[in-house]
Amino acid sequence: MRLLQTSLLILTGLTVAAPSSAESVAVAVAANFRAPMQTLVEHFETETGYDVKLISGSTGGLYAQIVNGAPYDLFIAADTRRPALLATAGLGLEQTQATIAIGQLVLWSVDADLIAAQELGALRDQSIRFLAIANPDLAPYGAAARQALMAMNLWEQWVSRIVYGENIAQAYAMAATGNAELALIARSQVSADAGAYLLIPPEFHEPIRQDAILLERGAANAAAVALLQFLSTPNAAAVILDFGYLVSN
Amino acid sequence: MEIDLGPIWISLKLASVTVIVLLLLGTPLAWWLAFTRSRSRAVIEALVALPLVLPPTVLGFYLLILLGPAGPIGRFWVEITGTTLTFSFSGLVIASVIYSFPFAVQPLQTAFEGIGRSPLEAAATLGASPLDTFVRVASPLALRGYVSAIVLGFAHTLGEFGVVLMVGGNIPGVTKVVSIAIYEQVETLSYSQAHYLSAGLLTFSFVVLLSVYVFNRRIPITRL
Repeated sequence: MRLLQTSLLILTGLTVAAPSSAESVAVAVAANFRAPMQTLVEHFETETGYDVKLISGSTGGLYAQIVNGAPYDLFIAADTRRPALLATAGLGLEQTQATIAIGQLVLWSVDADLIAAQELGALRDQSIRFLAIANPDLAPYGAAARQALMAMNLWEQWVSRIVYGENIAQAYAMAATGNAELALIARSQVSADAGAYLLIPPEFHEPIRQDAILLERGAANAAAVALLQFLSTPNAAAVILDFGYLVSN
Repeated sequence: MEIDLGPIWISLKLASVTVIVLLLLGTPLAWWLAFTRSRSRAVIEALVALPLVLPPTVLGFYLLILLGPAGPIGRFWVEITGTTLTFSFSGLVIASVIYSFPFAVQPLQTAFEGIGRSPLEAAATLGASPLDTFVRVASPLALRGYVSAIVLGFAHTLGEFGVVLMVGGNIPGVTKVVSIAIYEQVETLSYSQAHYLSAGLLTFSFVVLLSVYVFNRRIPITRL
């Protein structure tokens, strides 16, 4: 009986102690930023010896988890809105909200010749059946895509020929499989060896800012604070640029 | 508050058409599975059950390739109709039929197996043609199976999400179904609208399932 009590005590002690351990930090990261974050975390871990766990998902999904008590220390969103909402709700520390990366919108096709022949003019080609974008109401890149089409006075012309992915990864899949000839997606998604892409002039849409915010739970966590600081160092900026994002000066 | 009813109609239309196709394709297959002694039976059964275990996004991704203009089915469709199958209502029907196939085939197969061979053989001995036997002996005896297949096929199609999103492209008025509309509202924090549609879907599904269970209890199993 005594043994059982002791082991129960140890168990409860462990479960209580584990999440508040100062050496480890749990980061909720928007799916689009997972790859650069992975590289950044490797640098950070070798530099500091801290242990970082990444949890990725959609910005809206992670936001809902945090509101409902998910044990995360740091949140890297794909927008500025969700971190701001968390700050207002007292779940994030307002003064720590900072833009980590700025996304670039590109026109992409798996058919490199299509882009080579027409460049941005492909967006005026009435014979093209489908253009894939992320859902503008859910995904920042989708909203930027809609703004860009409107800025070019092309929205009306496309409206019945646009297919919507839940996120940019799905929009990419729709175009990568040839179901949609064109896609407006993130520069960070496209590689040199599949199809071809063109940058959409950034003045056609609002900047796609990805903000990070320290969450209430991570406020006293030295590792979380250090990681957030690390993300705005020149070393981190180099990695972020390398993955196809811009950084704010 | 304005609630867009469009996605509900598309969902209902999709589920109805899907159920009809499911019965047309599922009945002969379930019949064959119930009575065959072929060795390939296990293989076919496993294939039919695949959508039960595959994550919808996997299924959706493969269907996107298969039904796409470069895929074997999609190319054939473009040749005969001149339009693409993906991002169209027809494409959604095909995807939904595949996705809900086990929900129609399995209850039918179980029902046919429950009849056994003897009533069918008796009917044949009395001079009934195979079609006669099927329509007048087997089908009434398998009524429970039909009800389950129709209801489960319908309800499952209504609730599907991952597959229709990938294959349909979420085009408002064409392929935007109610489950996607709910997802969007949750993601955009329009919780009150999401509640309306979700509560509606939940109530509908419960009532449908309840009536199946009540109905199934009332049907006497007649054994010859």
